[in-house]
Amino acid sequence: MRESLGDRIFSTVNVIILAILGIASLFPFYYVVVVSFTSPSDYTGSSLILYPKSFSLAAYEYIFSTNTFIKSLGVSAYLAIVGTLLSLMVSAAFGYMISRKRLFGRKPLTVALIITILFSPGIIPNYLLIKDLGLMNSLWSIILPGLLSGWNALLLKTFFDGIPESLEESAYIDGANDLRIFFQIILPLSLPALAAFGLFFAVAYWNTFFTAILYITDPDQRPLQVLLQGMLVQSETGIADPSAAAEQSVPPDTIKMAAVVVATVPILLVYPFLQKHFAKGVMLGSVKG
Amino acid sequence: MTMMKENLLAAKPLAKPRNKRRKKWQALKRDRYLYLLGLPGILCLIIFKYIPMWGVLIAFQDYSPFKGLLGSEWVGLENFRVFFENPDFPMLLRNTIAINVMSLVFFFPVPIILSLMMNEVRNELFKRTIQSIVYLPHFLSWVIIAGLTFTLFATGEGLVNKILIQLGYEGVQWLTTPNYFWAFLTGQSVWKEAGWGTVIFLAAMANVDPQLYEAARMDGASRLRQMWNITIPAIQNVIIILLILKLGHIMDVGFEQVFLLQNAAVSEVADVFDTYIYRVGIRQSEFSYTTAVGLFKAAIGLMLVIISNKLVKKAGGEGFY
Repeated sequence: MRESLGDRIFSTVNVIILAILGIASLFPFYYVVVVSFTSPSDYTGSSLILYPKSFSLAAYEYIFSTNTFIKSLGVSAYLAIVGTLLSLMVSAAFGYMISRKRLFGRKPLTVALIITILFSPGIIPNYLLIKDLGLMNSLWSIILPGLLSGWNALLLKTFFDGIPESLEESAYIDGANDLRIFFQIILPLSLPALAAFGLFFAVAYWNTFFTAILYITDPDQRPLQVLLQGMLVQSETGIADPSAAAEQSVPPDTIKMAAVVVATVPILLVYPFLQKHFAKGVMLGSVKG
Repeated sequence: MTMMKENLLAAKPLAKPRNKRRKKWQALKRDRYLYLLGLPGILCLIIFKYIPMWGVLIAFQDYSPFKGLLGSEWVGLENFRVFFENPDFPMLLRNTIAINVMSLVFFFPVPIILSLMMNEVRNELFKRTIQSIVYLPHFLSWVIIAGLTFTLFATGEGLVNKILIQLGYEGVQWLTTPNYFWAFLTGQSVWKEAGWGTVIFLAAMANVDPQLYEAARMDGASRLRQMWNITIPAIQNVIIILLILKLGHIMDVGFEQVFLLQNAAVSEVADVFDTYIYRVGIRQSEFSYTTAVGLFKAAIGLMLVIISNKLVKKAGGEGFY
């Protein structure tokens, strides 16, 4: 059936508006990239840079020549990798345990988990606990409390609920125990879901800011986001002696923008690989209409 | 093996209470590997979720880190009284609720409209591309978002002011004017989360029977008409449920977002419960007092979430427990 004129106008206007919104989503980032690659001589505080006028890696060379930046990058990478793997293991194993219907104590364990979603004791009791455990200035203060997140474990439980029990039963008959079944049957089957949750965990660890400012005061252990806050928000050069940057005559603004780009690239790298999975991951937990 | 044990178990008579206890014990033994799997999670739950729940007791104490929870002096509701009589209390409450009301009015409808528009796109490639782009900001940290905000709106160096000056206008103190602060928070949220918010609506729309649209087209309904009479009713329930859930979180404003955007000039409108707890509790070591503040917030939050969950179930949703 041919579309009417009205429908075609509607479609065109719709596409145009969406395209504008798409550009609005990308523009801030585009601008940051352009500034970060602008050469120091072309960048003066007052000039308007809307498109690349020149190309220079000076800002990137500068941040990668500083120890602080490299260290923070390493801390964040460590958090993202170790934190994600451990969180996935702990949350999936717990979720699997409470998804088995024959398990004695399944109900109370599930309720105990849900309570932690409903009620959070707040910042101070958590802070005092970390302090009493002697975890201040240790990256475990960021990883350990996040290992079992109520939401994610509950979502993983819902996912495991959907795996047919007959699969497990036939494995029992073949002589496998629960550990083997979990690691050799359930986990490989759940890879798409694990990929989605892995992405969420990894992004959360990479973006860790609040717990890091609470528990980490040692400059050598600062995750990238905390370093970035120093640079971007408190407008310190943050990463090193500001006079050193001035000596190299790299404007602080291009350095900041280069840091933003570097902090975002890892997310951009994993994003396309996991994108096809995450809608599924979200839907698992969403309310059904 | 385990399966066979289970069968044997089931075959035994369970009349006597002694047998019942033994059955429980055997069930525990049978599932020992399952418990082993869950053990790290159970430990995390106890140590990092439940021990801090006992920690809230210091809200009723004059807590001293040297004396600990057991040795500190009990003061009853004194900390709560001090907080409720403090002029900061109405300010924090006002800011928290105002920011959430702003978000309800200006943020909440955006993902709905956006997904309606995306649903009308016939070109799959364009649709996918737009989706990937608008989802992306969701994955950026609040530090990056704050950085982007400053880059665009800072007083001297910000792009917007540069453009304004280029055009012959005067620059505006965007980020240090209290009147703009809530608008900036809302704007940030829209930019970061509106695209991501469409995921759930688009999924609901994908479930609509295509025959409905076909029949409507036969009857000569325009695209707008189809949207109005088919698509919107299809997502109506999801909208209602999300709205109720949002009301359940009206005491929550993200700490990071506010903390990163606030400055001395806007503190009157920018302080919310969590930033206040951080500033007074951690920086000034007022542990008992700010635990009371946190407990107050958590208690109200718990109530709201329970009420909203009830309402969601009434509205035909699944609730989350």
